[in-house]
Amino acid sequence: MTGQIVSIMEPSPARNAPNEAPAARNAPSHLRRLEAESIHILRETAAEFRKPVMLYSIGKDSSVLLHLAMKAFHPGKPPFPLLHVDTTWKFREMIAFRDQRARELGLDLIVHTNRDGLSQGIDPFTHGSARYTDVMKTQALRQALDLHSFDAAIGGARRDEEKSRAKERVFSHRSAAHRWDPKNQRPELWSLYNTMLAPGESMRVFPLSNWTELDIWDYILLEDIPIVPLYLAACRPVVERDGALIMVDDERMPLRAGEEPRWRSVRFRTLGCYPLSGATISTAATLPEIVSEMMASRTSERQGRMIDRDSPASMERKKAEGYF
Amino acid sequence: MSYHEAPTIAAPDAPRLDQDDRPTLRFVTCGSVDDGKSTLVGRLLYDSKTLLDDQLDALASESKTAGTTGGDLDFALLVDGLQAEREQGITIDVAYRFFATKLRRFIVADTPGHAQYTRNMATGASNADLAVVLVDARKGVITQTRRHSHILSLLGIRHVVLAVNKMDLIGFDGDRFASITAEYLTLAGQLGISRVQCIPVVAPDGDNIVAASTRMPWYAGPTVTAYLESVDVAGDVSQRPFRLPVQWVNRPHADFRGFCGRIASGTIATGETVTVQPSGLRTRVVRILTPAGERDRAKAGESVTLTLADEIDVSRGDVLAAGPTPLVSDQFAAHLVWFDDEAMVAGRRYVLKCGTASTGAVITTLKHRIAIDTMAQESATTLEVNQIGYVHLNLDRPLVFEAYRDDRDMGSFILVDPISHRSAAAGMIGSSLRGSANIHWQRLAVDKSVRAQLKQQRPCVLWFTGLSGAGKSTLADHVDRRLAELGRHAALLDGDNLRHGINRDLGFSSAERTENVRRVAEIAALFVEAGMIALVALISPFRSERELARLRVEAGEFIEIHVATPLAECERRDPKGLYRKARAGELPAFTGIDQPYEAPQAPEITIDTSELSSEAACEHIIRYLREHNYL
Ligand SMILES: Nc1nc2c(ncn2[C@@H]2O[C@H](COP(=O)(O)OP(=O)(O)OP(=O)(O)O)[C@@H](O)[C@H]2O)c(=O)[nH]1
Ligand SMILES: [Mg+2]
Repeated sequence: MTGQIVSIMEPSPARNAPNEAPAARNAPSHLRRLEAESIHILRETAAEFRKPVMLYSIGKDSSVLLHLAMKAFHPGKPPFPLLHVDTTWKFREMIAFRDQRARELGLDLIVHTNRDGLSQGIDPFTHGSARYTDVMKTQALRQALDLHSFDAAIGGARRDEEKSRAKERVFSHRSAAHRWDPKNQRPELWSLYNTMLAPGESMRVFPLSNWTELDIWDYILLEDIPIVPLYLAACRPVVERDGALIMVDDERMPLRAGEEPRWRSVRFRTLGCYPLSGATISTAATLPEIVSEMMASRTSERQGRMIDRDSPASMERKKAEGYF
Repeated sequence: MSYHEAPTIAAPDAPRLDQDDRPTLRFVTCGSVDDGKSTLVGRLLYDSKTLLDDQLDALASESKTAGTTGGDLDFALLVDGLQAEREQGITIDVAYRFFATKLRRFIVADTPGHAQYTRNMATGASNADLAVVLVDARKGVITQTRRHSHILSLLGIRHVVLAVNKMDLIGFDGDRFASITAEYLTLAGQLGISRVQCIPVVAPDGDNIVAASTRMPWYAGPTVTAYLESVDVAGDVSQRPFRLPVQWVNRPHADFRGFCGRIASGTIATGETVTVQPSGLRTRVVRILTPAGERDRAKAGESVTLTLADEIDVSRGDVLAAGPTPLVSDQFAAHLVWFDDEAMVAGRRYVLKCGTASTGAVITTLKHRIAIDTMAQESATTLEVNQIGYVHLNLDRPLVFEAYRDDRDMGSFILVDPISHRSAAAGMIGSSLRGSANIHWQRLAVDKSVRAQLKQQRPCVLWFTGLSGAGKSTLADHVDRRLAELGRHAALLDGDNLRHGINRDLGFSSAERTENVRRVAEIAALFVEAGMIALVALISPFRSERELARLRVEAGEFIEIHVATPLAECERRDPKGLYRKARAGELPAFTGIDQPYEAPQAPEITIDTSELSSEAACEHIIRYLREHNYL
């Protein structure tokens, strides 16, 4: 048996556009402080770089980042395009959501896939997550940045995600070969960012550096930001594999002997490529329920990401090589 | 079940959202290497129940393989997240971590103790409200404790928790604690650190971190957490005059022109009058757009977009201000903490970033350097990496600023090395050097572009560099005459000739050569400002100096012409007999013989006069100027 075809849920209709957030709601001052800091960083990036781009990964952090970018340049549009590195293994709902958002907001969306990797038939099942991630994500991203000669790439990484991220600057320098040198980062005092680059060098910019996962959810709730419905619990076909629940999103997933997709009420804490994203058993089908569940949770969001499990310090190494 | 199962939804006990307005305290840990900073932060994370099950499992297994504690939980591993840090058991760069208690949220920056990484300590401290300074009870106050405390004081941090750590290793000796405390309080007094709370702790065991220690009954003060939860560090910048450094001009369509930025201090309301600095132009605020929608007023810390009543010139780097006029000057005095491995060079031009403005800046004088151990002000000619000094700076154009003690956002700056692009220093402005007399930069009515149009040329510098005898002067002279024939307006600055006049006082030491080049670059820039084409013929052997000359004018205005005649050919020609003298040892530091010539890496034009006649070379340059729309 080769796989299962599952039904796709329609993405939920878009909610309020940015800057029309319910005005009466009194936001906690710390969320407003984070918001102001992120907007400051986004505007610095637009002002200081020749050709910036925003990495749009479709996840919750990207949704917040995009929302902040819309606010930062309101009533204009963000002066940079969005870039999605498409591995071709994203959840189908993510792709539908991506295209819908870009259309609604009238933004330029660049979708890049590593064609070489595709023609070599690199996939997460046969080549292992490490190789696959390197070819279809890291190398693909570097290709896209080089192709368009972007000098700044804005990403939604947070310092609370992982220990090596906690070490990274807001404006993080990359060599012409896209390498991060964690032992030799530029000092970064106050809100003064050294944005000078030599030809070929680039900057990764992280406006959400000081946000926590909980802040992200609180803000999504407060601002009513549209997110991919996969974050909310629903009945989905999953198999249990290597200690994780993997959703069978399309017929390309080879099932192992004895594996039988079962419909279970699950949701995702982080989204990426479906074969590498572990689901959580949950019935939290609304945002407030998610926040409550998160507050009570005893594991970190990285738990569900297969790619961080490959080896200790794998994230730092991948980052040094140019991964986001 | 091996995978994670989320708990069923229970009402969270912490209040949510609207009610959850716990204030945030930002603090930094510092002190000498191995004093236990990372262990203390790790312990705080552990005790505040911030850590999740998978993180705790990872900590337990890593403590066995990478720990420094013989298999016990090594809390430092929670924050020392880089591979190199774990291998060496030290902190190299700042880790930013977040945790919360019932009363407050905390952002902690755990910084390295190693002197080599002082810049990373300053990075972590620059945004802190409070510092936890650790000392090892066995060692007491040492040089690095002093250095870090000094930096804290310069950065304006007035609240310190002195955590006397490793009390277990001195038998919980209260007298020793008292003597360390006394020594530190003296230091803090000298540095103007007004509030110090001293707490004896054992970081890995948690004594006096969250829970009061039972092993030190003689200590009756608060635990680290209790103190951090209650200390009042508030300094309200919204009480100060309104300042908005303009970050970005938002002009989506003809009907909207908004000025974006984060308010550095004060408050603003619609209808209020603001001035644009440094031009001094006056207007009124019409609309205030905030992330939460349009508002009547906004205050310090908010990122806003303002629209103004009048169509006046406002751009990035300007400051919108109300109330007392901010300082505007092209000279100020400031404290510097030097970061770069390359020492400070007085007279060299750096890029200065202050608020949203950037400009070239020259350190004119090093008034004094601070000897960390004695705190004495000693005279010196340079600052090496990690040293602190007080300097005077000259800027290429007037800047809008405040003294650092009044306003951190408007009084801080960084210096960036224009060649390596490394952040060379952090600066804290002390005062303007033009007294209270604000000079307002006159926006000149006749600017460069008007003059250039009159002459039908784009002003630029043609910088001829190359060995002595390479043919620079001959070629420059040729181009000068050719331009005159074409009816264009140029000026020739020849290195040799200038040494008879404006540079008469300069010899040939490295410092004097630097000054020679600097003056010529300044003069060339003035000609460009006047709409002319400046031809410079100067050996200018050092790449860095030519780069500085390039920075002196705007992008596209500097054309570097490498007169790349080979050394052998120059020496064969030897028009002034200088090579002969140099070979005979009569001319020390002669370029190409015993001083290197650093050839340009990417000159706009390269010419080898051993292959090309002067006429042909001249036409080559004229063609370049035409093709690139200078003529
Ligand atoms: N006995 C004892 N050992 C301690 C105490 N605090 C820290 N240590 C040990 O001292 C060593 C250094 O601790 P770290 O927390 O890495 O020191 P640090 O100040 O962060 O060091 P750098 O960041 O490299 O400057 C580790 O092996 C700790 O376990 C203490 O109170 N008592
Ligand atoms: Mg440490």
